[in-house]
Amino acid sequence: MRILVPVKRVIDYNVKVRVKADQSGVELANVKMAMNPFDEIAVEEAVRLKEAGTATEVVAVSAGVAQCQETLRTAMAIGADRGILVESTAELQPLAVAKLLKAIVDKEQPRLVILGKQAIDDDSNQTGQMLAALLGWPQATFASKVEVGAERVQVTREIDGGLETLSLPLPAVITTDLRLNEPRYATLPNIMKAKKKPLDTVQPIDLGVDVAPRLTTLKVVEPAARGAGIKVADVAQLIDKLKNEAKV
Amino acid sequence: MTILVVAEHDNASLKGATLNTVSAAAKLGGDVVILVAGAGAGGAAEAAARVAGVSKVLVADSAVFADQSAENLASQVVEVVKAAGGAISHVLAPATTFGKNVLPRVAAVLDVAQISEIVAIESADTFVRPIYAGNALATVKSADPVKVITVRTTAFEAAGEGGAAAVEQVAAVADSGLSRLTGRELTKSARPELGAAKIIVSGGRGLGSSENYHKVLEPLADKLGAALGASRAAVDAGYVPNDYQVGQTGKIVAPQLYLAVGISGAIQHLAGMKDSKVIVAINKDPEAPIFQVADYGLVADLFEAVPQLTSAV
Repeated sequence: MRILVPVKRVIDYNVKVRVKADQSGVELANVKMAMNPFDEIAVEEAVRLKEAGTATEVVAVSAGVAQCQETLRTAMAIGADRGILVESTAELQPLAVAKLLKAIVDKEQPRLVILGKQAIDDDSNQTGQMLAALLGWPQATFASKVEVGAERVQVTREIDGGLETLSLPLPAVITTDLRLNEPRYATLPNIMKAKKKPLDTVQPIDLGVDVAPRLTTLKVVEPAARGAGIKVADVAQLIDKLKNEAKV
Repeated sequence: MTILVVAEHDNASLKGATLNTVSAAAKLGGDVVILVAGAGAGGAAEAAARVAGVSKVLVADSAVFADQSAENLASQVVEVVKAAGGAISHVLAPATTFGKNVLPRVAAVLDVAQISEIVAIESADTFVRPIYAGNALATVKSADPVKVITVRTTAFEAAGEGGAAAVEQVAAVADSGLSRLTGRELTKSARPELGAAKIIVSGGRGLGSSENYHKVLEPLADKLGAALGASRAAVDAGYVPNDYQVGQTGKIVAPQLYLAVGISGAIQHLAGMKDSKVIVAINKDPEAPIFQVADYGLVADLFEAVPQLTSAV
């Protein structure tokens, strides 16, 4: 079975983002970029399924600027077999990405698509669900455990009150939660090997997808800063402050 | 202009998050209609009819909604929108795991964008939402004919009671057969629900073990009538189940009082709690980033300070 794993290039999760002075967005120039952490978990899960003999091929796909190639190479260093870049300099919103991915799915015919549950830049948490809807496939979002059988996949999901387990017929779409697995570090030999793996580039127009954004960002601002608080000396003073000053 | 709110419920009653979503819907200025899709959901439908500001309740009662699967629910929402023949301008659901699971599916079928976790409404087509783990606020304008939106519940008050909406049955969609629920394991707790609690006592890696977490924090939470939360570190270390997690990838909370105990305050954790009214941090590291957002900080060993606090309140 072939598994498709979409990956996104985002600002590294440790970076403290800066909003641009003209309020057009956040500063991306000279900022460390990395693979979206939820996508690393998705790649790891797909590679583990291959190592277990369940999957035969893992294909990583990314949509965006040319530098997304690096993100695909990272996926291949973790163990993906090949990469597909849908190259576009346009702002790609989740619906557009879902349509691009549907076109890739139609071509590649995977039995399983594993995505991260959300990208840590736009925090949308939409693409997997949208892809499943466009394909008419079942979905299991926020997965913390995945067991793939011959015809069905069992997925344990993280929900607000605890956990639930779904059984879905294949093909299916799964989105990963943080607790699904611990992604491995790519070793130097694997990084070198990844450079030789095939990486195809296509354009949105080749896939027949209109990627025009549906939402216009009018402005991006910093949230209101919290005023610096005070340090209290001991528990008695803390209680006094809470009762008399903060009134809680 | 009709605004459709997709109710999150357990058949017997509405979840609190639905009430916050109704408030957001009311701000848009149109007729607010609640859709209750469930199996034996009479109780939830009655509760929905009593919510202030609701003009109509649509009930789709069928066994196909027994599992609350995204596939069947999304189909039902799409059916309701299509049947309204363009009258429905907005579809809203709470940005809980329920709403996040269902609504993007609805948006994709309607071929419109979804706007996630709005925290403010500027007009019927312009909304504010946090991005980058709450480190920036984006104002976005939608040109789509139907605006599909999830609502950050902590940003809107809960709607009150006092409504007397008409309840109308609608035909349920056919079962997609795409998904089957095989098990559900809910964390049972007598404490208030994390998302709705007025006071939250939250613990991090500083507690050291699951045993310490319960021994140190539970008596304090019980005395304050508080909910218990945790940082990702505490969840990953197995001190508490994952649904205790507060942060970008866990729950977003905004209580009156948030007590962070042994939590350093990583960006991802702050994303989930920095809209709390009053933040108190107890940490032995005076350099911990949590002190930059705390209204009151106590640099102390939590194993001494928390029991003192517990006996003093």
